[in-house]
Parts: sequence; structure tokens; C-alpha cells
Amino acid sequence: MAENSVVTFQNVSFSYGGAPILEDVSFTIQERTFLSIVGPNAGGKSTLLKLMLGLLKPSRGTIEVFGLPPEKARTRIGYMPQYVQFDPDFPVSVLDVVLMGRLGVGKGLRFGPYGRADRDMALEALRRLEMDNACHRPFSALSGGQRQRVLIARAMATEPELLLLDEPTSNVDMAVETELFELLHAMSKSIAVVVVSHDLGFVSQYVESVICVNRRVKVHPTTAVTGEVIADLYGSDVRMVRHNLKG
Amino acid sequence: MTAFLTDLPRYPFLQYALLTGLLVSVACGIIGSYVVTKRITYIAGSIAHTVLGGLGAARYCQTVYGMEWLHPLYGAVFAALASAVIIGVVSMKARQREDTVIGSLWAIGMAAGILFIYRTPGYNEDLMSYLFGSILMVSPQDIWMIAGLDVLVVMIGVLFYNQFLALCFDEEFARLRGIRVEWFYLALLCLTALTVVLLVTVVGIVMVIALITLPAAVAGELTNRLWHMMALSTLLTALFTTAGLAVSYGPDLPAGATTIIIAGMVYLLVVLGVRAFRLRR
Repeated sequence: MAENSVVTFQNVSFSYGGAPILEDVSFTIQERTFLSIVGPNAGGKSTLLKLMLGLLKPSRGTIEVFGLPPEKARTRIGYMPQYVQFDPDFPVSVLDVVLMGRLGVGKGLRFGPYGRADRDMALEALRRLEMDNACHRPFSALSGGQRQRVLIARAMATEPELLLLDEPTSNVDMAVETELFELLHAMSKSIAVVVVSHDLGFVSQYVESVICVNRRVKVHPTTAVTGEVIADLYGSDVRMVRHNLKG
Repeated sequence: MTAFLTDLPRYPFLQYALLTGLLVSVACGIIGSYVVTKRITYIAGSIAHTVLGGLGAARYCQTVYGMEWLHPLYGAVFAALASAVIIGVVSMKARQREDTVIGSLWAIGMAAGILFIYRTPGYNEDLMSYLFGSILMVSPQDIWMIAGLDVLVVMIGVLFYNQFLALCFDEEFARLRGIRVEWFYLALLCLTALTVVLLVTVVGIVMVIALITLPAAVAGELTNRLWHMMALSTLLTALFTTAGLAVSYGPDLPAGATTIIIAGMVYLLVVLGVRAFRLRR
């Protein structure tokens, strides 16, 4: 295994018992990169993330994260799920939610209230997502897009060495999406950042490579993502839309 | 009400009753808030009913085998903890059978209790009073046990507040932060079991489920953070048990049932009030 690889998949297959979701998947993710996972719905994108987190176990093959089994490495990963099943009446403030990211930072069983350093780190994460003004609002009072930003802040507050975001921009507008990707691009100078996205044309401006998932996995450098690659991934009749935002 | 106020300084049993109500409110407010937000009310109900089995078995051993030290409350604590562990393990290992097990334990616990009481020689009317509460029969010895359990429950519930909050809000994320969610879930069920035992003396087995959820539900309508909910819920429980005692004393009504009716009415009023307030805005 290369010394600086963060995630390694070797001949990994996975199924929920029926047809295989992923088949014979091998790839590595290096440190200090920004990459995107793309593919059709139900193609296995979220499954890939859950395997990296050790929430699912592969039926075949091995997965290593920081050279460890995923469940041993998971506290070093910041994760934002695509869906959070939460009770809409749950009495919790925005800051409370982000502070949950501070659990598992440091060693041993923690008890008692969070310290000042934890609060500062949580507020800093909220500030970077421009949600710090809402820190005392009830989480249940936020819009879908605002909640997504809070959950991204929670993932960032874990001080991760690997950041996994599952569809982080499905509920936000274009301006916020652009800002978020600028931020993630800056973070990828020091850690590995992986974003699941449905919008390949947009993310290809920022990411260095693309992991294409549709039962099988192929990794392409962004420059090599052509119409042919996309047609191969999604089947035929896919038109690529370019967003020439960066002038 | 006036009879209660004039008799309170004179009769120690009234003072013990009042003190018991106030003591258990703290555990009830804190653990009740976890129970309501984690949505395990039904589990609390099942644990409460198995308590009768423990009470009956302990009393049976006391009279038949002469084990004088075996206070019925010990039996209650044992039965509650055992059923909490069984439900916890089943819900982790075989989620799809969880409700079957919860329902079965509910009835089996009751049945065991009834059989033990039936076979225990002598007069066991006081055990049946555990079904509907016996706050006026609390002895100084009981108070010490209640206070000890109360301190234990409150201490654990407060020290690991952050972990329990994460567990109740988003279990998957809690697991990813390295929290041993299985152990914390079991711990939460055990704390619920001990709280149930505390409340059995106040309102009885049949009505525990209402006292553990109604104050927390009222507080949940009016607050936006879990610890605010706990604080308000504690205050409300203290208010309900005290009011139940005071209102029932003069006309000689059962204190447990009166407490629950008061709590239920307040819940209804608050829910309707909050809805009306939102509609007007």
C-alpha cells in the first residue's frame, strides 16, 4: 500500500443479499485531493461511502482507511449523510447539532459539558458556512438548504483528515453551491475531500478526479471526462451541460 | 387543599409523600425527556409492568422462605433491569421482533406478579396498591432507597448528556463519532428502568407511562433545547405530584390517579394553546 493513500479498496464486492450493488471494485484515494463520486441513482454511490465508514461490510475484498479497518478509522472521517432521519420536533439548537461533531475528538470517554475549544471549533465551522448567525436557532426551524449547511458544518467540526459529503448541494442554490466548492477546494490543500454529486458538469471545474460508480467503478482524471465516458456511465443519450462560471 | 395544608406540618406520612414526589421529579424530568425524544415510551410501559413480577417474587420469598432482607423494592429493581436488558438486546439483534418481545414481557411480568401474590400466604393488599400507587404509605426506609436511586440516575443521565443527546438525535452519526451506541442504548434503558421503579411508588405500575411522558411532552412543546426540556419537565413533575397530593387529600381520592388527571389536563391545554397561538400568528 502506498504510504500516502487515505482509502484503499481491493476487489470489493457488496450486495444487500440480492443482486450485487458493487462488483470487484478497486481504487485508492490519495491524501490532499478533491474528488467527486458520480453515477446514476441507485448505482452504489452512497453504498461506497458507507463501506468507507464501516457502516456496511463488504461481501468480498478488503477496505482500508488510513491503513486500518474502516471502523477503527471512522473518528478521523467527517461525514455528511444524504438523509438524516430526525424527529422534526427534536429540541436541539443549531450549535448543539454542530457540537455533536466534537464527540470522539481526543481519546477516552468524555463526560460533562463541552469545553471552550469545542465551542470555538463548532462556531468556526458554522462561520465558514455562513450559518453562525443562526447558531441559537432551533434546528427544526431551518429550511432544507440551511439544515444541509449545518450538517456540513457538523462534519467539518470533527477536524477530519478525510471529508465525505453525500449530495451536499441538493437543496442549495447556485451561489451557495459555488461558495461551498471554493471552500472545499481550499480544504483539499490539507485533507482529502470526497463529494457525491449528481451534477458532473459543475463539479468537474473543481475536482481533480472523478470516481464513476455504476455497479463497477472507474476513476478518471477530470481532464479525461468526455462525452464518451459519461455515455459509458449513464448509458446513452446523456447531454453534458457546461456551466462556464469561472469566465 | 386547606385540609392538606393544615395537616402537612402535623403528619410525617404527608411530609414523606411530598418529599418522595419532589425527589422523583428530578429523575423523571431528565430520563422522561430522553424517553420521549428517543421514542421508547412503549418500552418504558413494558418495563413498568414487569415490575409487578419482581415485587411479587420478593414478597413471596420474604413470607415463604423468611428472607426478611428482601424488600419488595429490591425485587422491583431486579425485574426492571432484567427486562430492560432483554428488550435492549432483542432490539439490537432482532429489530423486526422488537414489538412482539416488548408486548410479551409486558403481560408475562404482570402474570408472574399475580401468581406470586396469589400464592403468598397472608394479607397482601399493599402489593396490589403498587398497581395504582401508594405515595401515602412511603416509609423513611423507602425514602432513603428512593433518594439513592434518584442520585444514581440523575448523575449518570447528566454526566453523559452529550452522548445521550447524540444517540437520541442521530444514532448513526453518534456511532461514527466512536460512541459505543449499543452500550449507551442499554444504559439508557437501565436508567429508564430505575426511573420506572421510582415512579411506581408515586403513581403505580399502570400509570407510570403517563408520568414519564406527559411532563416531558408538555416541556417539549415549550422549549427548543434538550436540557431546557429536562429542567422544565422536572419542574412540571414536581408541580403535578404536589398538586395531585394536595387536591386528592381533602376529598380522600387516590393520589396517583389525581396526579395523572392533572398532568393530562395540562398537556391537553398546552398542546391546544400552542396550536392556537401558531394559527393566530
